[in-house]
Amino acid sequence: MSKTTGIGASVKRVEDYRFLTGRGRYTDDMNRPGQCHAYIVRSPHAHARILSIDTSATVAAPGVLTVLTGADMVADNIGSLPCGWLIHSRDGTPMKEPKHLPIAADKVRHVGDQVAVVIAETLQQAKDAAELLEIEYEELPAVVAPGSVETAGTAVHDEAPDNVCYDWVWGGKDKTDAAFAQAAHVTTLDLVNTRLVPNAMEPRAAVGEYDPGMDEYTLTTTSQNPQLIRLLLCGFTMGLPEHKVRVVAPDVGGGFGSKIYHYAEEVIVVYAARRLKRPVKWTAERSESFLSDAHGRDHLTHVELAMDASGIFLGMRVNTTANMGAYLSTFSSCIPTILYATLLSGQYKTPAIHAEVKAVFTNTVPVDAYRGAGRPEACYLIERIVDVAAREMGIDRAELRRRNFITPEMMPYDTPVGLQYDSGNFARNLEDALALIDYDGFPARRAESAARGKRRGIGFASYIEACGIAPSNVAGALGARAGLYDSAEVRFHPTGSVSVMVGVHSHGQGHETTFAQIVSERLGVPMDKIEIVHGDSAKTPFGMGTYGSRSLAVGGMAMMKAIDKVIAKSKKIAAHLLEASAEDIEQDGGVFRVAGTDKSVDIAAIAGAAYVPHNYPLDELEPGLDEQAFYDPKNFTFPNGTQICEVEVDPDTGVVKIVRFAAVDDFGRVINPMIVEGQVHGGLVQGIGQALLEHAIYDEDSGQLLTGSFMDYAMPRADDVPDFEVKTNEVLCTTNALGVKGCGEAGTIGGAACVMNAVCDALDIGHMDMPASPERVWRVIRDSRFGMAAE
Amino acid sequence: MPVSITLTVNGKTTALTVEPNTLLVDAIRQHLSLTGTHVGCDTSQCGACVVHLDGVSVKSCTTLAVQADGRSVVTIEGLAAPDGTLHPMQAAFKEHHGLQCGFCTPGMVMSAVDLARVNPDATPDEIRHWLEGNICRCTGYHNIVKAVESGLQAMKTGASAQAAE
Repeated sequence: MSKTTGIGASVKRVEDYRFLTGRGRYTDDMNRPGQCHAYIVRSPHAHARILSIDTSATVAAPGVLTVLTGADMVADNIGSLPCGWLIHSRDGTPMKEPKHLPIAADKVRHVGDQVAVVIAETLQQAKDAAELLEIEYEELPAVVAPGSVETAGTAVHDEAPDNVCYDWVWGGKDKTDAAFAQAAHVTTLDLVNTRLVPNAMEPRAAVGEYDPGMDEYTLTTTSQNPQLIRLLLCGFTMGLPEHKVRVVAPDVGGGFGSKIYHYAEEVIVVYAARRLKRPVKWTAERSESFLSDAHGRDHLTHVELAMDASGIFLGMRVNTTANMGAYLSTFSSCIPTILYATLLSGQYKTPAIHAEVKAVFTNTVPVDAYRGAGRPEACYLIERIVDVAAREMGIDRAELRRRNFITPEMMPYDTPVGLQYDSGNFARNLEDALALIDYDGFPARRAESAARGKRRGIGFASYIEACGIAPSNVAGALGARAGLYDSAEVRFHPTGSVSVMVGVHSHGQGHETTFAQIVSERLGVPMDKIEIVHGDSAKTPFGMGTYGSRSLAVGGMAMMKAIDKVIAKSKKIAAHLLEASAEDIEQDGGVFRVAGTDKSVDIAAIAGAAYVPHNYPLDELEPGLDEQAFYDPKNFTFPNGTQICEVEVDPDTGVVKIVRFAAVDDFGRVINPMIVEGQVHGGLVQGIGQALLEHAIYDEDSGQLLTGSFMDYAMPRADDVPDFEVKTNEVLCTTNALGVKGCGEAGTIGGAACVMNAVCDALDIGHMDMPASPERVWRVIRDSRFGMAAE
Repeated sequence: MPVSITLTVNGKTTALTVEPNTLLVDAIRQHLSLTGTHVGCDTSQCGACVVHLDGVSVKSCTTLAVQADGRSVVTIEGLAAPDGTLHPMQAAFKEHHGLQCGFCTPGMVMSAVDLARVNPDATPDEIRHWLEGNICRCTGYHNIVKAVESGLQAMKTGASAQAAE
């Protein structure tokens, strides 16, 4: 019988009741006494100088309290939105880091850039008054296509006349050149990793409050990392003293990376609240989300793979242009570098790899981490070129992967791009996925499809990613400007219930359940007596929040350390209560026993003794049972797996239908299989979305976002995607005591590559760029029928 | 000019004064403080705002409050029993892990409950088609489909048990 509680059990989620009954508390659900409303006026131009802003009619409109512009913020010394990672170019110069003011003061640099904010008693009044604002712009030519920024003839920022932010290299050039010199075959590929809009279902929102009596600020915001937002608000943008600032991220409706960053609107509502001495609320409309949430991906890549005659990989070269958009978002600079090029070894023992990455500015929305962040981009190019190589070499695609896999015996394995993989059995994941999808039966299924006039294809992606970015000192040496540890406090209450305050944040991941499962198992406390508290800087210790599948591997480990401290202290209290030596106390869940006897005491009684210390070793121990820990990981963790997908293409319409999908993943130890499967499903659909549907498109002349709503940007819907068969292979992580690797991004890491490999197989072509929409697929089929080159 | 309307929301009749252009979702969220109904887009695409109007699912972001005058509205807050017992569809979402961040969930559940009226024996494909107007970014829909299948079954069982009483 499967477990019903504790680690490894599919415990139903603690948080569901409030969400299912409409009692979730999201930022826009909060309304403060005296609250007023901010409406942000955004640039209609991709690139323009602001010549003048006439606010006179706006401030005179009904209900208007104030109009704020960039000039006001400059006058009040409001700082630039910072970038959290410093990358150096190959010539040793630091990346170009232009200012990013919360409201543009001189120029606007993308459609949607903040120009002014109108604050009124009601949102409708603010919107109406914003219509009266007279802004004079001098339009400038826009830099839009990332591939031609250097010859665009105009600069997004004066500091970067060629629009290049940095020109970075990684890996071994000489070794890679030598490998290519020996190659029997070189496969080359040019590909586009499309720009995506994360589109968490809850639009961003922020409420700023200022208490003049206490000189205290509260920001409620849709963030994945409220403590980090407080740090940036205090240390950079607003310059406030941290002890006077509370940042709360309550229930947050999805993030996928887009809610990591410190956004202009967070500064605007806090600044306006201080000026007006009233709570100020802002909530994005979806069209604003499209124009102001950081986008994802947007790479142009040339890749070359050198092989010997039997298909053994000898070396790989990668050249990528990464679009940063108009400004450097909080973590933008590390995505196409540290989180991308370090993963270019994939699951393969490629001995020599060299990567060149040029990051460029364009007059588009800033680009930053989106689910997977750098790693899906790495996986996409690796898994695509492996398929193209197999096609060119006439080797079965599964077989080519097998020949090149890093084996379990090689662990720990040092890649040529700077990582040390601790564990994994890549071949087993592949074989299990082949069995799940019935690979041997594929030719018959393909023939059956062909008999119905359909083209069937199968594709794999054998992915690896790096989660729980770490350790802090190594990250710091690579340019990180923040630590990457996390924290937890385990607080036993006098009557035996437990509050656990964690520095990570849950916005769909179910931490209130999974973290409680660990506490319950380790401390023997029933689930209904455990509360996991997150998302409030006034309640939790300083932590770095949730992204990069770090919550369990880093935050969970901090909690384990705090639990260990509770156990250590409890043993001493138990020893006193049982009149034994602490060394003789054995702990099993909530029971503390003198070894070899039936003398025991439970943890509730220990907590009682700790808080009512009448019978207590006061000269040796402090009262109370409340322990805090910080944890800085020793290494990244490396989730890995193989995804396989089968598609059927209708050659008359170009419609691609996913007919089967199997995923076998190694996430290390699984705490809650039900939640892990849900994470895989959701991640896969974001990968499928990129492969078949989603694409953020800018008009290359005007810089207008052509896909600025759910009417134009194709989000995956229920009838676009299949059921999934998923399985986990637990190979415990060797670098953390929980043995966990992380599961939040896995589906998205391989999903797009897997689907595109199947599409290309179905179409019998080497490559086509995403998305494989009906029109584009139909064109490929038409071109191949009439002997034209496929795109 | 503001107009007076009367809505019966979750069984309780309330008089409201709204602008003629006030959306039903704003009346629900702002005037009645029932914040379980969400707004996820501005083009009537995402379905986070679905409520029942006279027993039929509608997107409350594209319904005017005045259109609901004199009619009955049920929101996600009105679905569970007064003692807090979950509606069978809500229970099925919990059982099958049909939600993650919870933001699309109220609209998703309200749409799913209405499917029981239209097609109580819906197949998985029909469920997917019915939910085409409800976007979820977290779950990948797999578990939502399982939840709706199970919820429809539970609603049928509940209905026949009620009929037998």
